Order: sequence, then structure tokens, then C-alpha cells
Amino acid sequence: MDGPDVGWYLIVAAILFGIGALGVMLRRSPLIVLLSLEIMLNAANLTLVAFARQQGNLDGQIFALAVMAVAAAEVAIGLGLIVAMARRRVPLDVDQASALRG
Amino acid sequence: MGNVLVWLVWFVAAAACLGTGMAVVTMTNPFFSALALIGNLASLAVLFLLLSAEFLAAAQVLVYAGAVMVMFLFVVAYLGGRADAPWAGGHRLVRGAAVVAAAALLTEIVVVLGLAWGDNLTDPAEISDSFGDPAQIGQAFLTDHLLAFEITSIVLLVAAVGGVVLGTTPEKEEETA
Repeated sequence: MDGPDVGWYLIVAAILFGIGALGVMLRRSPLIVLLSLEIMLNAANLTLVAFARQQGNLDGQIFALAVMAVAAAEVAIGLGLIVAMARRRVPLDVDQASALRG
Repeated sequence: MGNVLVWLVWFVAAAACLGTGMAVVTMTNPFFSALALIGNLASLAVLFLLLSAEFLAAAQVLVYAGAVMVMFLFVVAYLGGRADAPWAGGHRLVRGAAVVAAAALLTEIVVVLGLAWGDNLTDPAEISDSFGDPAQIGQAFLTDHLLAFEITSIVLLVAAVGGVVLGTTPEKEEETA
């Protein structure tokens, strides 16, 4: 394989996952939490694709495509929730939206 | 010589990936965060190409950086100034604990990788030129993974219906809002 070993891709994915986890735990704006979740999902995708290349097996790429579909669904629902929160004048702060009541 | 070029492309893409990732987490304006995430997804697509996942790279740019992020930017525009939630503090202990937890997670993954590095990660399988192209992905999806394919479509349908349900407000609540 020309260029870096698969392990280097896994290192990048690990750091990216850490950054995403930091964003989810640290930030309080639901929009940014959602974006950080996307980073975590994409880090997992990079790992899946890297292992698919390592093993020469296409199943990892299929799994990554399924993850992308689920991520798209998650964004649609998450953004719907944020818009619903904004409509009801709930502050856009995940710490204050602690009770799941209408 | 080609080897050096691949390393160079990998390094630029990986650096862009991590830099834009940090930008997403640190920006106070969600609009810039979303833009940084588009850059992140694009540089990940480059890494996918280096791993010979051509179809996945194309889907990443079209579906993710295109469709999903447009939806995101629409919501940021709809919320306007109210979307500008700065760091908004939180207790200092909580923030410290979050950083420690993220660092612990990262260390854990890197240690596991280091343990596995030996012979498992250095000698990749031989693959044909058609590995990861649309024809092969389609073949795998419609034969071995047909069930996953159909379930994915149902998941997307449920999400679309759920998005519409969340987006419509009953009249009664419109008055109190």
C-alpha cells in the first residue's frame, strides 16, 4: 500500500473521536452538540473504512454507508427537536432543557 | 515518488480534518461551526479516497457535505441570533471533568491501537482496482446486505415522518407559544 499504514488513519480517527466527545460534553448549545455528534460518527466511519481496506473486505464500507444514512436521520430528528424547542421559547441550552415535558 | 505524494496528501487531509474538527467544537457562532464541519467532511472524503473507497467519498460529499449541511444551515438561519449560544460556562468542575473524560477516551483508543499495531495493521490485503467502486458496492448491497438496505430505507422514512410531525405545531399550542 502506497503511503501511510492503516494504523495512521486509525490514529486520526481516534483523535477526531476525542474532539467530538469533547464537544458533546463541553458545549451547551444543542446545535453544536449535534455537530460534534456528527464528528464522532464520522470518526467511526473512518475506522470502518480503514479496516475495510486492511482486510480487503467490502462489508466495512457497506456498514459506513448505513451509518451515514442513520446520521442523516438523526440530524433530521435532532433539528426538528431544536426547532420545536425554539418555537416554545425553551432556551437553547441543553442544561436547562432537562425535563422532557411539553 | 508516488509514495511521497500519497503521504503528503494524507498529511494535508489529516491536518485539515483535525483542524476543522477543533474549529467545530471551539467556534461560538454555530454558522461558522457548520461551515467548519463541511470542511471536515470534505477532508474525510479525501481520506476515504486514499483508502480506495471511491463511492463512499462521493456519497460523503453529496449526501453529507451537501444535503445534511444545507438542512443544518437552514435551521441556523431560522434561529438567527438565538442560535448564538456561547460557551455558557457551566460549573468549572464539570468542564474539567469533560476534558479529563475526553482525554481518557482518547488515551484508551490510542493504547489499544498501539497494542494491535504489531503485525495486524502493517500489512494490508491485496485488493483489485475495482475495490469500493459503485458497481461493487451496489453488488454487495443488493445481494449480501439486502436486509440492511431495506431497513435503512425504513429508517429514513420514519425519520422523514418524524421530522414533519415535530415541525407541525397543533393550533392549541400556537396560542400559548
